[in-house]
Amino acid sequence: MSSASTAAKVKAPPSDTAAAGAGVRAVRRRKLLVLTAQLGLAGFIIGGWQLVTTWGWLDPFFFGQPSGIAQRLVDFFSKGDQATEFGSFWLQIETTLREAVFGFAVGASAGVVLGVLLGQNRFLADVLGPFIKIVNAVPRIVLGSIFVVAFGIGETPKVLLAAVLVFFIVFFNAFQGVREVDRNILDNARVLGASPLQIVRHVVLPSALTWITASLHTAFGFAIVGALVGEVLGAQAGLGLVIKTAQNQFDPNGVFATMFVIAVIVLLAEWLITKLERRLLSWRPPSPSESAVI
Amino acid sequence: MAARNDVATSPAAGRTVRDDARIEISGVTKRFLTPSGAAFTATREVDFTVEPGQFCAVVGPTGCGKSTTLSLVSGLDRPSEGSVRVGGREVNGITDGISFMFQADALLPWKTVLGNVAMGPVFRGVGKAKANASARDWLRRVGLAGFEDHHPHQLSGGMRKRVAMAAALINEPSILLMDEPFGALDVQTKAIMQNELLGLWEQLRPSVIFITHDLEEAVALADRVVVMTSGPGSVKAVYDIDLPRPRGSVQDIRFQPRFLELHHQIWSSLREEVERAYARTTGEKS
Ligand SMILES: Nc1ncnc2c1ncn2[C@@H]1O[C@H](COP(=O)(O)OP(=O)(O)O)[C@@H](O)[C@H]1O
Ligand SMILES: [Mg+2]
Repeated sequence: MSSASTAAKVKAPPSDTAAAGAGVRAVRRRKLLVLTAQLGLAGFIIGGWQLVTTWGWLDPFFFGQPSGIAQRLVDFFSKGDQATEFGSFWLQIETTLREAVFGFAVGASAGVVLGVLLGQNRFLADVLGPFIKIVNAVPRIVLGSIFVVAFGIGETPKVLLAAVLVFFIVFFNAFQGVREVDRNILDNARVLGASPLQIVRHVVLPSALTWITASLHTAFGFAIVGALVGEVLGAQAGLGLVIKTAQNQFDPNGVFATMFVIAVIVLLAEWLITKLERRLLSWRPPSPSESAVI
Repeated sequence: MAARNDVATSPAAGRTVRDDARIEISGVTKRFLTPSGAAFTATREVDFTVEPGQFCAVVGPTGCGKSTTLSLVSGLDRPSEGSVRVGGREVNGITDGISFMFQADALLPWKTVLGNVAMGPVFRGVGKAKANASARDWLRRVGLAGFEDHHPHQLSGGMRKRVAMAAALINEPSILLMDEPFGALDVQTKAIMQNELLGLWEQLRPSVIFITHDLEEAVALADRVVVMTSGPGSVKAVYDIDLPRPRGSVQDIRFQPRFLELHHQIWSSLREEVERAYARTTGEKS
């Protein structure tokens, strides 16, 4: 039995390295192919858009034009304080980002705290459950109007709207994460003498973290949406205001250029959150199949 | 309580058998409410006693209430009728000085091996440095020195069991509850773990309730084997195992005539229950 397995091991290396080398090459070739196809598709879409609007099949007055959008982007970042009517473009980005990040922080913390609390406490969950469902069923963007009426056109209503959008996503995930905590692990910690607080800190939170961090990806996108919608409803600065102004001036290129900037911001945030997730969940096995083997 | 702490902190507690480690289960019935609101009787009038420092194995068909009984001893759950006493005191809340070992891993996947073993002392308020030192010591005792910084998923099944064993014993429990701890292991690893468990038990002498579906394992390890009836479970028979201690290797003891005799005797009692439980499950399905 043991001699058979050592024999197999001795034989393995040469063919293994050869196979690995071929595998690496195949993977690299495939990556290159995918990248080429992606660039081709992007070129096709943007080029097609440019041509169709140049030939007059679509009116660039309504649909914008890639060259116009690029020009607008250059304007945004080169004109300094004159870039928009409300100051430099960087200021607009900063304003929206600040609102989104604050809203994200508030909403996510509230979501985690309440999610863990309700996930731990059956009674509280049963009592509050229907209320949360009702609030969740309300189209939350509409809350923006209420916040603007209540808090004026400063940054508060945007932060609140972003927070509300983030809250529900994080809350439901945290709640579910707490519910999924392994019973054996929980019992074991209790028998070892853990206090309720220690259980939350050592067992429940780390266990729910997988769920919570997964929700943060979508949540940040929603924080940006909340801030933008709030700005469109009424603001003194911000990317939402830039979009609204461009819309009022029949300037689709301005709208598209701002959209592009927002997309870049969200992708950057996504990248940061992925890094954070990797760090927080560094204990996780690389592949699920490995951990299943006993 | 005060006495317990004295014992737990004294360095050479080994071999001293502690009075507070007697487990008396008398007339215990446990009912569960099913989701439909009906009562389901899991155990009925369970009676048995584990003397301080005794190794007691419990065997019985699946679903007869073995795990339920353990949760009553640990204080995770309460009996519907009857009483569970540990060290002469009624169990009320989590019983002091108890450790658990489950079939499934109860290790925290996000903690390192060292962090997992150190949990027991940390939960009792021991300082981090002291807890870690003690955890290192215990990892050495179970042969896992050098694996402190690994995460559980990086270990084999047998190694994870050793970690669980160190984590269970680090508080020097007066009572060790084991629920099919080696059930998921391959035969060789299982034998190795059984030997190690016996070695550690002989040093620390906690009272043990060891649930297993493997009768050979029960006879090889235990001083006393409790056979339970098919559900609702009650105690069908109790057998004292008079094989001498130290038992030595569990692989070898299985060939001794006295072992075979006891095994045969208990199996004839257990078999009926297993068959009855099996007939019931197939009967319900058709
Ligand atoms: N919390 C519970 N609620 C309802 N029924 C339960 C609960 N725990 C166990 N049972 C039932 O009690 C019976 C005994 O369970 P258990 O003690 O786990 O059996 P064993 O460990 O002997 O296989 C089973 O039929 C099981 O379905
Ligand atoms: Mg069980």
